[in-house]
Amino acid sequence: MSTVFPPEPQLREADQDQPLYVPIKRRSFFMYAGATAGATALVLAGCSKSDSSPGTIDVGAGDAGILNYAYALEQLEAAFYAQVKTGGYYTGSTITAAEKQIFDDLALHEAIHRDFLKAALQANSITPLKDLTPNFSSIDFGSRDQVLAAAQTFEDTGVAAYNGAGRFITSNANLALAGKIVSVEARHAALIRDLRSYGKFVDSDVVNTFSPSAPATAGVYSGEGTPNSTPNTQGNGNPGPGQERSKRPPQILQAVNNFLADGSKLSAGSFA
Amino acid sequence: MDFFQLLTDLEKADPEFLDRINPRRRVFKYLGNAGQKITAAAVPAVLASFFNRAYGQSTTLTDPVKAVLTLALQLEYLEYHFYNTALGISGLVPSQETTAITTIRNDEAGHINALRGVLGSAAPAPYLVTDFDYSGGSGSGNGPMRNALIPNAAGNTNGALFFAAGQAFSDTGQRAYKGGAPILNTTATKDILEAALNIHSVEARHNSHFRTVRRALVANALGSAGAQAVSPYDAAPKSWVNLIDNGGPTAPDGSKPASKVYGPGSPASGAPDTSYPGEDNVSQAGTNLTTLNSTYTAAAVSEAFDEPLDAATVKSIALLFTSTSGKAKGLFQ
Repeated sequence: MSTVFPPEPQLREADQDQPLYVPIKRRSFFMYAGATAGATALVLAGCSKSDSSPGTIDVGAGDAGILNYAYALEQLEAAFYAQVKTGGYYTGSTITAAEKQIFDDLALHEAIHRDFLKAALQANSITPLKDLTPNFSSIDFGSRDQVLAAAQTFEDTGVAAYNGAGRFITSNANLALAGKIVSVEARHAALIRDLRSYGKFVDSDVVNTFSPSAPATAGVYSGEGTPNSTPNTQGNGNPGPGQERSKRPPQILQAVNNFLADGSKLSAGSFA
Repeated sequence: MDFFQLLTDLEKADPEFLDRINPRRRVFKYLGNAGQKITAAAVPAVLASFFNRAYGQSTTLTDPVKAVLTLALQLEYLEYHFYNTALGISGLVPSQETTAITTIRNDEAGHINALRGVLGSAAPAPYLVTDFDYSGGSGSGNGPMRNALIPNAAGNTNGALFFAAGQAFSDTGQRAYKGGAPILNTTATKDILEAALNIHSVEARHNSHFRTVRRALVANALGSAGAQAVSPYDAAPKSWVNLIDNGGPTAPDGSKPASKVYGPGSPASGAPDTSYPGEDNVSQAGTNLTTLNSTYTAAAVSEAFDEPLDAATVKSIALLFTSTSGKAKGLFQ
């Protein structure tokens, strides 16, 4: 197990530009803190408050921070679907058997993600984030439209969040685990979107949709445009053609905090 | 050396210079505020970093990174030509799905452009539609999926076999990207990693839609996402993978040509980034997740996670769909 989650947040390898804008903050702090797993958890807890926004809980730094960030998102999704299952739309008489099955599945998947992340954090002596208190007061759980719209928001947000968090993960094992989850979130998002507006499983709000020119010769596609030897800027919602609009943790949490009660709102100061 | 004068000159010589390094613009903001913190000795290293970002990484891509991106590009061509060909065959794609298949085809074209761009001079020559054998016959043209591009041929009423193939291709794609991601996780290739992740989730969205269409076909409800999945989910699947979906779609000859798409890769067990269990896997990071809660059945747990696939297994699947001319070009080898 200890190989899966490193017992202490790993310093990102010397990235030439890192020292320029993070001169003396958390990363260099860890450089000198050859802490044990337990001590690291304490360090994380201590660090969280220093550079987080007032009134928010910072998810922390390093892989532990990203795992807790994922745990927070999964807590929120699981809480949402649990509430869907007790709400008027799900329990009413108009819902189809197919949609009921879909929400049963979604509720299970997200609860499994949540419990998996918590167990994995604990198994690696990383203190899990507290149980968050959601605030779904803006959602009418008796309305199919509102439930589906909110589900789409949570699923699309989850995909953009995992995609934008990948670059901050040091351990390949953790990156692989995130990859196993994010594609399931994308499956959810696509189906909810199709239920709301058929054929919108991909649309320009979540994917940088691309319209190719017709190839000059049938059966040949050489690509087009000026080859750009670096990928387009990532994490700013403006990726390369045909790609999901990944977003960085602070951007995601700005939206997510609307669904969290005071005292449970989050920040991610280390992952700008 | 006057560092700031150099940047100014660079911008004059190449007005797009600052755009090219847009992700790092904050660096300049910082420099403006506290440039004196950069010592003369650090300047060459700093500059090297800028130039690498601004003017391309293709020459510095390592062989493992190139291999991941090249396999991804080959898979994108496999998909692009399949959907593009289908859209050109009158009567194959039902009218309710023309827009969706066009969207998917366009996304694949975008992925081809993105990957060719990142690979730069290391990109292979474009693969042609004739480099593929969409019958799944390894070049014989007579494989079990040969009716997938023939309108309403046996097993292909309303494009059923076409959508089955689309499901198998996009699942192969999402598992391949998942398997390749750890190799892209180096300090120098974080942007490339994120681009790959952003393609990976789009493949999963496509796959979800193919599955939705296949449910609708069985329920005779084309154009609706509301049809019910039917166990054991090989013909009318959920939008996520339930165990191994009973081996995936069945071909007209009764075979299961996509069964390897849902099965284990090699090795099947070990650390998450170097092992490739089948889609029915219930253990993550060493924990059997069915033990966490009595409602967490093996089926539910398997649905909640997709599994990566190793390059060798991906190639062995894709080679079934490679023609003799494709093989001569080294496609999927």
